[in-house]
Amino acid sequence: MGAGHGHRLHYHGHSVLHRAPAHLKLVTLVTFMLVVVSTPRGWFPVFAGYLLLLLGLVALSRVPFGYIGKRMLVETPFLLFAVLVPFIAAGPRVVVLGLSVSEPGLLAAWGLVAKGSLGVLASLTMAATTDPQDVLTGLRRLRMPDLIVQIMGFMLRYLDVVSAEMGRMMTAMRSRGCDPRSPRHWPVLARSLGALFIRSYERGERVHLAMLARGYDGTLPASSPRVASGARVGQGAHR
Amino acid sequence: MTVPVLDVRGLAHAYPDGNQALFGVDLHVHEGERVALLGPNGAGKTTLVLHLNGILTAGAGTVAVSGMPVEKANLKEIRRRVGIVFQDPDDQLFMATVRQDVAFGPANQGLRGEELDARVMAALDQVGMGEYADRPPHHLSFGQRRRVAVATVLVMEPEILVLDEPSSNLDPASRRELADILRSLDVTVLMVTHDLPYALELCPRSVVLHDGQVVADGRTYDLLTDPELMRRHRLELPFGFDPATIPGIGNLPA
Repeated sequence: MGAGHGHRLHYHGHSVLHRAPAHLKLVTLVTFMLVVVSTPRGWFPVFAGYLLLLLGLVALSRVPFGYIGKRMLVETPFLLFAVLVPFIAAGPRVVVLGLSVSEPGLLAAWGLVAKGSLGVLASLTMAATTDPQDVLTGLRRLRMPDLIVQIMGFMLRYLDVVSAEMGRMMTAMRSRGCDPRSPRHWPVLARSLGALFIRSYERGERVHLAMLARGYDGTLPASSPRVASGARVGQGAHR
Repeated sequence: MTVPVLDVRGLAHAYPDGNQALFGVDLHVHEGERVALLGPNGAGKTTLVLHLNGILTAGAGTVAVSGMPVEKANLKEIRRRVGIVFQDPDDQLFMATVRQDVAFGPANQGLRGEELDARVMAALDQVGMGEYADRPPHHLSFGQRRRVAVATVLVMEPEILVLDEPSSNLDPASRRELADILRSLDVTVLMVTHDLPYALELCPRSVVLHDGQVVADGRTYDLLTDPELMRRHRLELPFGFDPATIPGIGNLPA
């Protein structure tokens, strides 16, 4: 089967962090981010404190640092932008490593990098210790509108299906001598992404039909997650 | 004669773009029958299937399930009575676990708790997937997903099971396992398929749909051994397959 097993961010484990209820983790994450963003960027020791706190949590969760470190690469484009700021910002100049850079720009760049990295690190820790389905349950418990939670659930479910489909389209393109990575073939790539969109859209319609055929009336059975967890206990009796 | 489980009379349908798919289809299926619906691509088979539980509404003609007309007021009950298994299990399985997926239909009917769980496990056991109840559906093999898709419909205790291309994309072993499961079920079956040997194996009776009309209705064996009829309606047996050479096949109960 083409679809990857498991999710790319979740790291299976049984630590305190893994077991904490998802809605608590969500609220903590959002609060933490708000606090970090509103901290003046000149308070260097405070940022060091935040970093230590997060590293402590990662250690507690027993998720390898390398696992999270690799996934932090997602931040790279953002960091490149931050590096540019000291060169293009106005204001008094200082000389760092023989380069003349803007002093307020340097501070702004530091702020971006520090706050951004802390945010990414915190989110990745949350993602690594929380099963995606539990995130949805947590959101539902936090009274997120049901329709939005449903849409997110379907996104999770079909992410693998759609990315496997895209993988097959790429393989088919390569087999016919087209390299999707080369800019020369980007127009083809764009068109195949368009085709992928249409196919996903049509799949969405078929899924909806299949749901209607089983009596879907706009709300997913609210009890189903509870049924599943309760039933796990009952399953021993069944077999 | 008893009230047919499925009673389709003079059904016609044109899509909004003006493309007419069905031209007066008549079809009766009685309780306990297993009927194959055969026809080339584009014959209108899927369009017909989508009328059976009111997803498409008839342009003309009527559809009734055990005497109950398919109309807006009855849709909930109609969709319980008619269980459709779609061709791509990925379209049908969308919950986080197999158990939740099978529970989706009966939960929509208002079933809860112990009773729901018992029904779910019974349906999964019928298709031999009981031990996969807590696995995410997209981690199963294609054949297993097809079987779970059948369970999601069986759990509604339908009066008629409608299968759209049940053998497509299955390897021969999964194909045979599904046939064994279908044979073991005590339920009326309408099976849409191109797989003529499969139709012969499972369905004593076949109906041929071509260009939106029923052009033949009879014993599957008789239809498949009528070369003139087969050619006229773009039906072809796989290479080397000859129903007449299967021992004892001519004596199958009609």
